[in-house]
Amino acid sequence: MKKLSARRRHPLAAVVVLLLALAATGGLYAAFAPAGKAQADETAQSLAIEEGKKLYAVGCASCHGTGGQGTTDGPSLVGVGSAAVDFQVGTGRMPAQQPGAQVPKKKVIYSQAEIDQLAAYVASLGAGPITPTDKQVDPAGADVANGGELFRTNCAQCHNFTGKGGALTEGKYAPDLEGVSPKHIYEAMQTGPQSMPSFPDTTMPEQEKKDIIAYIETVNGDETESPGGLALGGLGPVSEGLFAWVFGLGALVAVAVWVAAHTAKAKKS
Amino acid sequence: MSTATKNPSAAGPASGRKAPAGERVADWADGRLGIYGLAKANMRKIFPDHWSFMLGEVALYSFIIIILTGVYLTLFFQPSMGEIVYHGPYEPMQGIRMSEAYASTLKISFEVRGGLLVRQIHHWAALIFLAAMFVHMMRVFFTGAFRKPREINWLFGFLLFVLGMFTGFTGYSLPDDLLSGTGVRFTQGAILSVPIVGTYISMFLFGGEFPGHDFVARFYSIHILLLPGIMLGLLVAHLILVFYHKHTQFAGPGRTNKNVVGMPLLPVYMAKAGGFFFLVFGIIAAISAIATINPIWAIGPYRVDQVSTGAQPDWYMGFAEGLVRVMPGWEINLWGHTLALGVFIPLVGFGVVLTAIAVYPFIESWVTGDKREHHILDRPRNAPTRTGFGVAWITAYFIGLVGGGNDLWATHFHLSINSITWFVRIFFFVGPVIAFIVTKRICLGLQRRDREKVLHGRETGIIKRLPHGEFVEIHEPLSPEQLHTLTAHEQYQPLDLGPAVDENGVKRKISPVQKLRAKLSKGYFADGNQIPKATPEEYKEISEGHGHH
Repeated sequence: MKKLSARRRHPLAAVVVLLLALAATGGLYAAFAPAGKAQADETAQSLAIEEGKKLYAVGCASCHGTGGQGTTDGPSLVGVGSAAVDFQVGTGRMPAQQPGAQVPKKKVIYSQAEIDQLAAYVASLGAGPITPTDKQVDPAGADVANGGELFRTNCAQCHNFTGKGGALTEGKYAPDLEGVSPKHIYEAMQTGPQSMPSFPDTTMPEQEKKDIIAYIETVNGDETESPGGLALGGLGPVSEGLFAWVFGLGALVAVAVWVAAHTAKAKKS
Repeated sequence: MSTATKNPSAAGPASGRKAPAGERVADWADGRLGIYGLAKANMRKIFPDHWSFMLGEVALYSFIIIILTGVYLTLFFQPSMGEIVYHGPYEPMQGIRMSEAYASTLKISFEVRGGLLVRQIHHWAALIFLAAMFVHMMRVFFTGAFRKPREINWLFGFLLFVLGMFTGFTGYSLPDDLLSGTGVRFTQGAILSVPIVGTYISMFLFGGEFPGHDFVARFYSIHILLLPGIMLGLLVAHLILVFYHKHTQFAGPGRTNKNVVGMPLLPVYMAKAGGFFFLVFGIIAAISAIATINPIWAIGPYRVDQVSTGAQPDWYMGFAEGLVRVMPGWEINLWGHTLALGVFIPLVGFGVVLTAIAVYPFIESWVTGDKREHHILDRPRNAPTRTGFGVAWITAYFIGLVGGGNDLWATHFHLSINSITWFVRIFFFVGPVIAFIVTKRICLGLQRRDREKVLHGRETGIIKRLPHGEFVEIHEPLSPEQLHTLTAHEQYQPLDLGPAVDENGVKRKISPVQKLRAKLSKGYFADGNQIPKATPEEYKEISEGHGHH
């Protein structure tokens, strides 16, 4: 101890202390600082959240509150997850045009990049379903028949046999699924937008969701074949009955009038 | 076949030469079947010409088309509820468990040659058959063609319509698809709602608990044998009666209650009817080639744990569906028994709506007390109360249909399904009343117009200025033919029960039934409920007075 205190006034003492202090600080920093790679991600993510927050403040905050806590005009977004944002904004439902029985699908006003930023911000408010990857929603190789059975068991009550949509109470409705992208169908199942129940992976695994998407693509997609001719909206006996009366009976009455008008005429003397 | 043994009276010119082959065949048949007498009596049968008289023909021809296509379908259909796993050409059904009935319908649709087209012709023709019967029935109703002597034939026609509904129902239930299965379940629910016997009937019909393993096979027998058999019999009876009564005709010069003015059955009507059959067949086939009906492959096989939105019956059962859809779910629980009024009341309503139109001819003949035969048709305007009833009935029927499709009205017109349900609940009762009043007013207005036309002539649209500056429109007097047509209908006088007390001041006994009859009669025929038609005296007075108006 004496030796150390005797040298404390040594001209190099300050340098040694400085070196020791630097080494300790650096070591402590190295020990406690996050890894370098994570650091880079954090930057991009926080940037997206930053940007998303700005978009949110302009387009969403009036109804959902400045911090996503919700107001009387819109529900809280804490914990809805990025998948919900991607579905609602990606199908044009959000931002809502006006309050009503149900927010309809309409023209999408944000770019996908902006939607991703919004989703990042909302996801940062609390953990929730994550936007699926392209691979997750790809129906290639899925079991269409199983999808059909699942669809009839879980979806047809509201969306009709082939996803043509149907009415719910008080002006609400289950929309037609034609032209809805696989990603949005997947997200809808996962998050349960508006009146729809949600089907999380615990009750409906990823593969079954894919099967359902494949079924919808097959029976209600752009390339769906209708072997019997015009599908008449795929709405069943009501549209068939209307068609039978208007075109069937209409044509037959027209023909009857024509036949009666072209009768054999007695010659007038 | 030598001419020597031939009946000389039928041999034609007795020159000894051989008669033409056709004549000889006819002769041969006549000798054995007596068709000459039959043909002689009926070949010159006269049918009047009007397009609305052909609506029944449309129904008849579509019925024939249904039978023809139905026979083809029976060759391939398996009426069995045995479960199999599908391994056919339709990809979205691969490996799905389904009944043999459903699988064979898929086979008819995708594997049997012409199967899908025939299936679609069969089904479209069924919808058109019922629609044609409906409009035919309305034609008969609004023209008063149901009056004596045709009341029985009206009932035959009505029965054909009702049996047609049930034949249709049993038919579309056969493929055992998810839509029709839901419909069968619905029907079973209606049967169960019948107090006391409902559960027994259901158990009997389905051979145990729903769905059991029997109903497709049973419906099959009912659909292809029982109901069409009865219908065929009724149809023949219907046509025989049309022949026997002779066809009705609209009033016109030369047409009386004792003659029929028109074209003879042979050759004119045979050719027309034959041609018309092919036109009907052609149109139905074209529709079937253009538009899908009941795409069971998209609907899926029936499973009791599945159901879809938009599950409606074919249109002719739609008003019954509507009645059930809009009925509040009332229920009474008494001594451990449940009375499902929410279903049972609509079931009764279904019967009441149908019965109302069936018994109308008898009510009308009771009110008028008219026992004469009527072969001249009424113009609907000249029977305002009857026409009002008819339109009221159609209104109730249509409101029921709106209720049956309430979900599609909601989605297509962006309305709330609850509002539509309330609309139907109210307007099923209010709508017919409004329709009755409005129709009657319109009829009376048209009667006034006819009267005006008879007395003052047709408005020519030519305006004439008189020397003193007055403008008048020139009215052209009607031709005698037109005058006859517009005034040919007869008008009843309201029933008069006589004074309430007789000459001795004693109160006469008048039964409440007679009082009701007098009241109804007043509603039909009293002043203000029909416009007195122009009399010859009025016509004379006016036409002799001043010429132009």
